[in-house]
Amino acid sequence: MTHDSRLTTYSPPRDGFITHIGRRSLETFRAVADVPTWSPLLVGQMRRLGVDSVPIALFIAVFTGIVLSLLSSYIFTGAVPLYFVGALVGKTVMMELGPVLTGMALAGRVGASIAAELGTMKVTEQVDALETLAYDRNAYLVVPRVLAATLMFPVVTAFAMAVGVTSGWITAVNLLDLSTPEFFKGLRMFYQFKDIWFGLVKSASFGAAVALMGCLQGLDSKSGAQGVGQSTTRAVVLGCEAILVLDAFWALVLL
Amino acid sequence: MIQLDGVTKSFGAQRVLDGLSLDVPDGRNTVVIGYSGSGKSVTLKCIVGLIEPDGGRVLVDGGVVGEMSREELAELRGRIGYVFQFAALFDSMTVAENIALGLARRGHDRSTIARRIEESLAVVELPGTEGRYPAELSGGMRKRVGIARAIALKPRYILYDEPTSGLDPVTSAVMDQLMVRTRDLGVTGLVVTHDMRSAFRVGDRIAMLHEGRIRQVGTRAEIQASDDPVVRQFIEGRPGQMAAAAPRRAPG
Repeated sequence: MTHDSRLTTYSPPRDGFITHIGRRSLETFRAVADVPTWSPLLVGQMRRLGVDSVPIALFIAVFTGIVLSLLSSYIFTGAVPLYFVGALVGKTVMMELGPVLTGMALAGRVGASIAAELGTMKVTEQVDALETLAYDRNAYLVVPRVLAATLMFPVVTAFAMAVGVTSGWITAVNLLDLSTPEFFKGLRMFYQFKDIWFGLVKSASFGAAVALMGCLQGLDSKSGAQGVGQSTTRAVVLGCEAILVLDAFWALVLL
Repeated sequence: MIQLDGVTKSFGAQRVLDGLSLDVPDGRNTVVIGYSGSGKSVTLKCIVGLIEPDGGRVLVDGGVVGEMSREELAELRGRIGYVFQFAALFDSMTVAENIALGLARRGHDRSTIARRIEESLAVVELPGTEGRYPAELSGGMRKRVGIARAIALKPRYILYDEPTSGLDPVTSAVMDQLMVRTRDLGVTGLVVTHDMRSAFRVGDRIAMLHEGRIRQVGTRAEIQASDDPVVRQFIEGRPGQMAAAAPRRAPG
């Protein structure tokens, strides 16, 4: 009987960091089979982690579009036809800045929220209480959050992409010497459907990583407010780092 | 019956349980007394498999907890209610939802769940609190809801972790009455506490945990008449010679 196959909660991180994350991820993956436990909680988590994150993602997207438009105009003026502003805004927002900046913002909002919530539950013995009621903590606490983030990060990112391109277009038309047909000519010229799904696939992986880091750090919290605070900080830092690593990984694999 | 047989547990270099052996007979309240940090809560957590002992065996109804499969452990936890020191109520849920959670896990239908919630809240004398959140309750009320959550499952055993700590004398007496009443309903109780007044009111058998093992176990009268200096010092609450009786701090 291995320790991992049981409902036992007390499993301090004795392994190296990577081994520990791998082991806990495997436990989470196994808990996906416990559908009756996590399925009633999924929609609530999707709303909390996804829908409630839309405003911050859109706020970032608006300003990303504006800056990209102005920056590309600054770079291209006198060297490249200005309709390339549309191409650069579109490509950059859809393939890189949309997913990555949204992911970073959500790593702060979602990762911190999950780590603080589960950390508080851990230090107040609510996680132990859950286990004594015969629930698997991974199935009840981790799986619905990781699945919700995996499903909702792409949705939020899709909104961010649309808003980023729109704000870039409005900026180009109003502040640059560029017409709407010219902007969309540039946008269409280099557009591929892959641009969108590449960004959405990345953002789904960012969601999984951010939520998983939040859950694992929260459940590994040490006693007291300071312990929960440290877990929350670690969750955000590790979530951001995971996003950058995954970003490079997908660029290597899919481009 | 719950049996602890030579249980050892260390946290780092700190040996908390050092060959603990204790039988918890059915149908009675057994109270484990001992200094704060002497490993009383660790003992309870070993029984429900929340902490895995380093050595020895924990047996519940003949089954070895450490050798149970995931399903067997879940089934075991269905037979054991656990009342946490600080109640450990789910603060995002109402009182009713807290009690319903374990019942839903066992597949009870809505009407049974509603009836059990009502019955268990009546036993702890908190009717009408179904819709309130833990933050809206006093410490004593939270602990009583913790008991209601445990008894709603109709367990065979209930483990009480410091049930009267931090409570005023009257609320402590109410908690003690509840533990006696629960025993009278046929539930075996294992109570860990350092509140001697509560121990003598609740315990049919009292065991003193000291330096990781049972120092003395006996009936209420036997413990009250004990001539063991460590036991006497503890039950009389006398300061002095704490070095000899120094507890080893344990988590939980």
